[in-house]
Amino acid sequence: MLLSEIPVSGPWGERHLLGLEHLSADQINCVLDLTKHYDNITSGGSGRLDVLKGLVVANLFFENSTRTRTSFSLAARRLGADTVDFTASSSSLSKGETFIDTAQTIEAMGVDLVVCRHRTPGAPHLLARNLKAGVLNAGDGTHEHPTQGLLDIYTIQKQRGHIAGLTVALVGDIRHSRVARSNIHGLKALGARVIVCGPATLIPSDITQLGVEIAYNLDDILPEVDCVNLLRVQFERQRGAFFPSIAEYAHLFGMNGDRIRRARKDLLVLAPGPINRGVELTPEVADGPNSLILNQVTNGLLIRMACLTLLAQERRKDQEACR
Amino acid sequence: MSSLLISGGRVIDPANNLDAIADVLIVDAKIAAVTPIGERSGVSPPVQPPGTATRIIDATNLIVSPGFIDTHVSLREPGFEEDECTATGTAAALAGGFTTIAAQSDTHPVVDNRAAAEFIRLQAERARNCRVYPLGAVTKESKGEELAEIGQLVQGGAVGFSDAKRPVANSEVMRRALEYTRMFNRPILHFAMVPELSDGGVMHEGFEATRLGLRGIPAAAQDIMTHRDIALTELTCGRIHLMCVTTVDSVMQIRQAKAQGIHVTADVTPHHLLLTDKVMSSFETMYKCNPPLRSQRHVYALIEGLQDGTLSAITSDHQPLALEKKQVDLDTAPFGICGIETLLPVCNRALIEPGHLTWPQLIARLTTGPAAILGLKHGTLSVGELADVTLIDPAKQWTVRAAEFRSRSRNTPFDGVEFTGKVVKTIVDGEVRFQCDT
Repeated sequence: MLLSEIPVSGPWGERHLLGLEHLSADQINCVLDLTKHYDNITSGGSGRLDVLKGLVVANLFFENSTRTRTSFSLAARRLGADTVDFTASSSSLSKGETFIDTAQTIEAMGVDLVVCRHRTPGAPHLLARNLKAGVLNAGDGTHEHPTQGLLDIYTIQKQRGHIAGLTVALVGDIRHSRVARSNIHGLKALGARVIVCGPATLIPSDITQLGVEIAYNLDDILPEVDCVNLLRVQFERQRGAFFPSIAEYAHLFGMNGDRIRRARKDLLVLAPGPINRGVELTPEVADGPNSLILNQVTNGLLIRMACLTLLAQERRKDQEACR
Repeated sequence: MSSLLISGGRVIDPANNLDAIADVLIVDAKIAAVTPIGERSGVSPPVQPPGTATRIIDATNLIVSPGFIDTHVSLREPGFEEDECTATGTAAALAGGFTTIAAQSDTHPVVDNRAAAEFIRLQAERARNCRVYPLGAVTKESKGEELAEIGQLVQGGAVGFSDAKRPVANSEVMRRALEYTRMFNRPILHFAMVPELSDGGVMHEGFEATRLGLRGIPAAAQDIMTHRDIALTELTCGRIHLMCVTTVDSVMQIRQAKAQGIHVTADVTPHHLLLTDKVMSSFETMYKCNPPLRSQRHVYALIEGLQDGTLSAITSDHQPLALEKKQVDLDTAPFGICGIETLLPVCNRALIEPGHLTWPQLIARLTTGPAAILGLKHGTLSVGELADVTLIDPAKQWTVRAAEFRSRSRNTPFDGVEFTGKVVKTIVDGEVRFQCDT
């Protein structure tokens, strides 16, 4: 199958995928539809296509990540692209090379798409401003993680058939979570009700301006929610203590068997991982029937295939326009 | 005897409450006469004054102001010559209309001893651009622990004391500093910020920071320290000057303290008057400054503070930084804006064009205000004073080109932005030290 033959359901038109905040419902659906298409034709992502044959996808990870990078690498290879892993840790920066230098070096190697993870919000935006290549944000600090948001949404939609009208609770460290921000933007765009729940120290009060509700008591909201997304406690992003102890966190906000039994029977349990077993959720929940944690991983691959395809199409259009 | 006549400009001299079309005569580097046109003895062309001016500058349609004074400018020499040196920083000051600047102590090593202060003055003499007065550190190495040799710094020419952007967090140390500096009648220029609340932050804490996932610096970080500083100033009968005020509450506290007769003064920067935290959605490091750009309601409070004189000075808070330091991500990039060359047009856009301030009010905040803070006799066109004069074309439209800065650095958020109002000539000691090319 050729890149131009891939069915695209609506107006995509983005050269970069930097976040979900500025995407319309149509654009998000465009990704979800293509993901579904890949889901159907590849039965869960296995098998190879040659949609991106001849394209080079660079994984530029300034921050450690095994899962996301593996997922992107695999997605690109499934589509027939060449991949390069650019482990530009902070080492090249400490040698005096600026972020822009690094980006331009990659550009000069003839890379078509850059998948970027960085510990600072806005780093992929800086790349996008300085590169002709398409830039895909694989997580920028505590800002956004668009493919994670999309895969969470796809996972919910696949179970329920729709997003509009559902109530989704994002539980945990909202302040330091890029997953939370991407989920909020995507879910709100598609018409879901979003509740953020966690310790008050980890929920900025002005987040309500994004159209979400705040709850500090998980037990109060549990009966109303269709889905809980249990965000990882970002120990590495926190400075100082935001809550008294892990035990108290688990007591107040951990998803355990008792809470599952008090929730709706068909409650969907999502967790972006890697999970801290015994903190955000107990093994009983993680491995139980409500858990979609492994589905998320599989869907992540499909979402990334779809995103790479859409950006590759724009990249091709750009190149043809230049000729 | 050399003389210079600046003829037919709109002369604004807040110290003498003058705003009139007038001739300014400079003889032997001093102001010899300021003669309003109506009082010219005869008809135009202007009558030659006694002795006949050797040179005449036609200032028709220009504003003739006393040379501007900046209360804190980072010259970066010694130690950070990749950013700026005294020669380039003072050349930039002239291009911005400044004839007098106080040099911040944040060099490496820090200006915490007499020799370091004298080096600043020596470099300024060599550069022969604008006047430079050193600020001495409040504490040794600006560590906030032990008092620097303040008395000897005064002998070395320090006009005030400041640990630059490093707040004196220990209240006991600040108390002693305020008491000790009383002996010399010099102010402490303090950056009021609670470090525990600001550390790690890159922008104003609020909805924009939440949305962007960027770590915030709450307004409270400045408010709390402002309150402490005022309380200690009252306790010690000292003199404090609060640098770079950015919040509603700080302005209110300073206004109230002034009304109570506490010796507190404060300044504000042009970028905090023109820009808000909304610009951070670009993730552009050129906007990263300390204190951060605040939200609109804070900007309104700053404008009110300028209108009623609560904020008596505008400072460029010139922080030149080599470009490579800014071409990194937002967390890594250092704070600071290279601002002295764009101060006037930015103030024009933020204050004059919307009608918040008149030209005489703005000029007062750039001359008499800062002169009073630092205890300098500059900033006026009074007869007999040193002839430091700035000529402004208030209608000139121009586009900022960072590449053409006199400063060694280009870290401005205004590159490529079109403004109205430009400094066209800067005169120090009766000598034209800067004139714009076009």
